[in-house]
Amino acid sequence: MGIRATARIVADGGTLPLLAGDGPLALRRTRTAGPDLRVTVVGAMSAPLGGDRLAIEAEVREATRLTVDAAAATLSLPGRGGEPAHYDTALTVGERAELHWLPEPVVAARGSVLRMHTRVHLAATARLVLREEQVLGRHREAPGTLVTRLSVHRGGRPLLDGELACGPGAPGGWDGPAVLGGHRAAGQLLVVDPAFGGQPPGPRSLGPTAALAPLAGPAVLVTAVAEDGRELRAVLDRALAELTARTD
Amino acid sequence: MTSLATTTAPAAPRPAPAGGRPGPRPAAGRAALLVLADGRFPAGGHAHSGGMEAAVAAGRVRDAAGLAAFCRGRLHTAGLTAAGLAAAAAHGHDPAVLDAAADARTPSPALRTAARRLGRQLLRAARAAWPAPELDALAAAFPRGAHQPVVLGTTARAAGLGPEDAAHCAVYEAVSGPATAAVRLLGLDPFQASAVLARLAPELDEVAARAAAAARQGPEALPAASAPLLDITAEDHASWPVRLFAS
Amino acid sequence: MHLTHPHDDHHGPAAVGADARRPDGTRRALRIGLGGPVGSGKTATVAALCATLRDTLSLAVVTNDIYTREDAEFLLRHAVLPPERIQAVETGACPHTAIRDDISANLEAVEDLEDAVGPLDLVLVESGGDNLTATFSKGLVDAQIFVIDVAGGDDIPRKGGPGVTTADLLVVNKTDLAPHVGSDLARMERDAKEQRGDLPVLLTSLKEAGGVDPVAAWVRAQLAAWNT
Repeated sequence: MGIRATARIVADGGTLPLLAGDGPLALRRTRTAGPDLRVTVVGAMSAPLGGDRLAIEAEVREATRLTVDAAAATLSLPGRGGEPAHYDTALTVGERAELHWLPEPVVAARGSVLRMHTRVHLAATARLVLREEQVLGRHREAPGTLVTRLSVHRGGRPLLDGELACGPGAPGGWDGPAVLGGHRAAGQLLVVDPAFGGQPPGPRSLGPTAALAPLAGPAVLVTAVAEDGRELRAVLDRALAELTARTD
Repeated sequence: MTSLATTTAPAAPRPAPAGGRPGPRPAAGRAALLVLADGRFPAGGHAHSGGMEAAVAAGRVRDAAGLAAFCRGRLHTAGLTAAGLAAAAAHGHDPAVLDAAADARTPSPALRTAARRLGRQLLRAARAAWPAPELDALAAAFPRGAHQPVVLGTTARAAGLGPEDAAHCAVYEAVSGPATAAVRLLGLDPFQASAVLARLAPELDEVAARAAAAARQGPEALPAASAPLLDITAEDHASWPVRLFAS
Repeated sequence: MHLTHPHDDHHGPAAVGADARRPDGTRRALRIGLGGPVGSGKTATVAALCATLRDTLSLAVVTNDIYTREDAEFLLRHAVLPPERIQAVETGACPHTAIRDDISANLEAVEDLEDAVGPLDLVLVESGGDNLTATFSKGLVDAQIFVIDVAGGDDIPRKGGPGVTTADLLVVNKTDLAPHVGSDLARMERDAKEQRGDLPVLLTSLKEAGGVDPVAAWVRAQLAAWNT
């Protein structure tokens, strides 16, 4: 039996009425240059281990701006019984509110099994910048099993729903030419902004293994695969700089 | 969102289960399944490679082994997701809800366009083959085309087929399209390509069963498996000035 | 977006392609297919027909190239029609499939053109260059023209095949080349008539001024019959 822990953040106006870490998930309010709120997730342990059930819940109330980042990568490690770990994230962003959810990558170490589900509920006028990165194995290590799902609703309607399964416990073909093609890092950057209106930036290729695509809504998704986490971050950072310059 | 009120009534009588006893499924409908799943059913599939043309151009698929790896990956991602949607539509769930779910599961606009075009083409063939008020309602609600798996499931229903049948059609299309394209693009031995599909058959059954089981629980439970490289390369492929396949 | 208009007046594509009426009840455009082997002058014939007919008729073109846009680009380069009246259909490396066995993409293209730039009098559907057996489905076109050329060999009419034998009009193009390639025009015409019975044969040289006129006259006659 692993750890059960749920960390909670509530941001409202200029304050954080709730900032509650739990178990391996410690939360710190960190400085920002401007008036925006920022919270950093400090991984006090190298969680999650197999059998753990971790969760983070963040609520950004009306007209509030919050950035959440992390001090270090999340390392998924095998537990003693070989059972999977779970890591669930629930994000709620209110009217005219804005959330930048920019964690560090999840690294699936050899023998680990981790299921992650990030559920986002956006109000119709909410803005979101969300980054997700998955790295298969530490340096030159065989990958663990990682299943990550990202489900985003906007104004009650589904906007994006996708799941990536990779590693030895994933269904066949995950490392083949249709899915990862031998790449060891995969990531997404989602920018939702009502200011896009009916005209989010058009689709385009960001190199041979990355593309920017407007969703069926005021949002764009960058999808990328790369040789390693550093290369992946470089692609997503370039796209982030460009997209946020456009919307700010 | 307005639901399609006419979709609540099944379009065709369904074979009743044999007294609720476990046992082999009634064979009624099997021939209709063959008609629907036939690669010659005129629903536009022949012009789509399911991402194979881009994979071949990138050098990721060169031979039968590459084809097998591509098809397995596509089966467990786009294939599973399409099969879930098709099975849910065959159950009679609101096509508008399922179409929105399909949009959310298709981040690539090139693939959304392809899915709607194929949906529109399939619907034309379906309305000629199995006329049904449900199909007319779908055409009226989506004049520019609904996502192909949603049309596929509704078609299966109109043909008197069940959710598992619809899921089987979807997973078979997910791999047969790329296999045919590989034969044309690589000059691959067609016997080898058919052998790849035959070896995948048990996995096709498995994925179809998973999709149908999820669909029984309703639209909220549908799978959303995705394949980054299929999504990434689809945009680039759609911009090629010279290509053989539409997707 | 699609979902916000669930009760659009337009009730989607007609269930059957050959229906003579559009979903709103109006009579649709006449559809004429042009097929024939590679290099026989299909695209040049389409271009010449457009140039001749565009002032008196509302027309549009669907191309079915082996590669997606080549023929469409040719028509655009020669500016015979504005781009919104030309649509290219992908054929998945099998142009004959798209015009005969699975015509769904072509029907979509024809109907999209009628919706976008209609009402139309005439839609020309050009097949990708293919072999002598490729013919159009009657579900897609109302009449078809098969274009062969003198340089392709003067025994083609004698060999027959579905295109040469059954097309509503057989055009033998590039008659100006006959002396240069040693083709016997009279023999071609005789063989073609033998294969085709009462079906018409036209010998053309598109290079000459008014070279396409006999074909244009045939098209006008088809259109007159369609509209009565």
